[in-house]
Amino acid sequence: MMKGMFTKPENFKMYWKELMHQSVEIGMGSLWIVTVISIFMGAVSAVQTAYQLVSPVIQKETIAQVVRDTVILEFAPTLVCIVLAGVVGSKIAGELGNMRVSEQIDALEIMGINTKSYLVAPKIFASLITIPLLVILAMALGIYGGRLAGSMGGILPAETFDRGLLMNFVPKNVWFALVKAYTFAFIISSVSCFYGYNVKGGALEIGRASTTAVITSCVLILFADYILAFFLL
Amino acid sequence: MIEIKNVSKSFEDKQILKGISAVMETGKTNLIIGTSGSGKTVLQKCMVGLFEVDGGEIIFDGKNLTHMTQEERKELRQQIGMLFQGSALFDSMTVEQNVKFPLDMFTKWDLQKKIERVNDVLERVELKDTNKKYPSEISGGMKKRVGIARAIVLKPKYLFCDEPNSGLDPQTSMVIDKLIHEITIENNMTTVINTHDMNSVMEIGENILYLYHGIKEWEGNNKEIIFNKNKKLNEFIFASEFLRDAKDMRMLEEKGIIDNDRNMDEIMRDGGANLLMGDEDKVK
Repeated sequence: MMKGMFTKPENFKMYWKELMHQSVEIGMGSLWIVTVISIFMGAVSAVQTAYQLVSPVIQKETIAQVVRDTVILEFAPTLVCIVLAGVVGSKIAGELGNMRVSEQIDALEIMGINTKSYLVAPKIFASLITIPLLVILAMALGIYGGRLAGSMGGILPAETFDRGLLMNFVPKNVWFALVKAYTFAFIISSVSCFYGYNVKGGALEIGRASTTAVITSCVLILFADYILAFFLL
Repeated sequence: MIEIKNVSKSFEDKQILKGISAVMETGKTNLIIGTSGSGKTVLQKCMVGLFEVDGGEIIFDGKNLTHMTQEERKELRQQIGMLFQGSALFDSMTVEQNVKFPLDMFTKWDLQKKIERVNDVLERVELKDTNKKYPSEISGGMKKRVGIARAIVLKPKYLFCDEPNSGLDPQTSMVIDKLIHEITIENNMTTVINTHDMNSVMEIGENILYLYHGIKEWEGNNKEIIFNKNKKLNEFIFASEFLRDAKDMRMLEEKGIIDNDRNMDEIMRDGGANLLMGDEDKVK
């Protein structure tokens, strides 16, 4: 399927339009869920870290450091991408599956359009553009959620949290998170496109394809997460 | 003209098409008929290149589809329009966008010219004032018309229709048949229609190919089909009691046993029941 994606477009303008459309669908369509999840995961992370750090010799700033590093290293890229596997993956697989079953893909083929490059490629490229951006947003919102929970819950003042954020910061962690985000974005979009594009049957099979796409994406994300952590950290 | 030469196609162990040869003539509505599972759709999908044939050749006006490169196929497909069984309209687009799509993809016309062409074809299929509606907002018959409009918007040389009447009431079916027939003549296209609707066969069957279990069993036109001697074809077309009776009536008309101008009540009063049972003398 990937090989068939790279052919000369029949009309570059139409392909660009489809890429932009998919970017809006995937990016904007997932924005609210990423926002909600990120704020709460940061907040929960702050509360639970404070709960476990009972020793008086440990500085309060440590809570901010733990929140920052867990959000950047794991929560933002992995947790958000697992959620996106459900949101984006099922949408892509369902959309392509419906197009296959209702012969819309055949109709495009008959017109002389390469459906792999017109339907699949824009979805994969749109995911590679928008998912890392959503992960960056999740990092910022997650940390902000931790700060908010810390100050509102009386765990640590906002100034202390800000001071803690700047302590022992390792920029490599952000790059590592972005490598993960790109890898997971590719997994989510390509797996979902594969299952959706190759649906055979009717409505039941579209549902099955969506479920299989989400499960496979989640398993591959967790596997890739381990491999990347093992080799890159 | 499309020539089909000894085409065969199998899926796993099952052979669906067994050496079919036929000619689809230009300017005529060519019908492929047969029971469900006889291989009509597979033959049509082989003809448009959605399925690869296992053996044989498909030749579009001298150009052999089976030997074409991907690029040559792409060029050929721009001369093909197809109406699908379920219309296959793009759900996320309006009627206008659906019909305009091939123009957007394959022409460099300005928007005004595209809209004019879209309005022309929508008017031709008698669908005015539906431009901004979505496929979910229009009826089954209207969807078929939009499908036809989209198929002919690039003025194709070949038009393929897969069961254009499925799911439509008899009246709408007749309108769609008539429309396809008129468009075929107006544009001098080679039209290939898959159907098992006997009304279509009798109305627009200028060239009919009957498939039975993947074999070409009979070929002819709508004038010849009613008096054909092929047992399998007769079992197919006269599966309905009504059509059997209609055939009996027609045979009696041909023989001059009954008068064309007499109405049904008159015939039945004069012993129509006996007539249908073969007692022709009483009617005369």
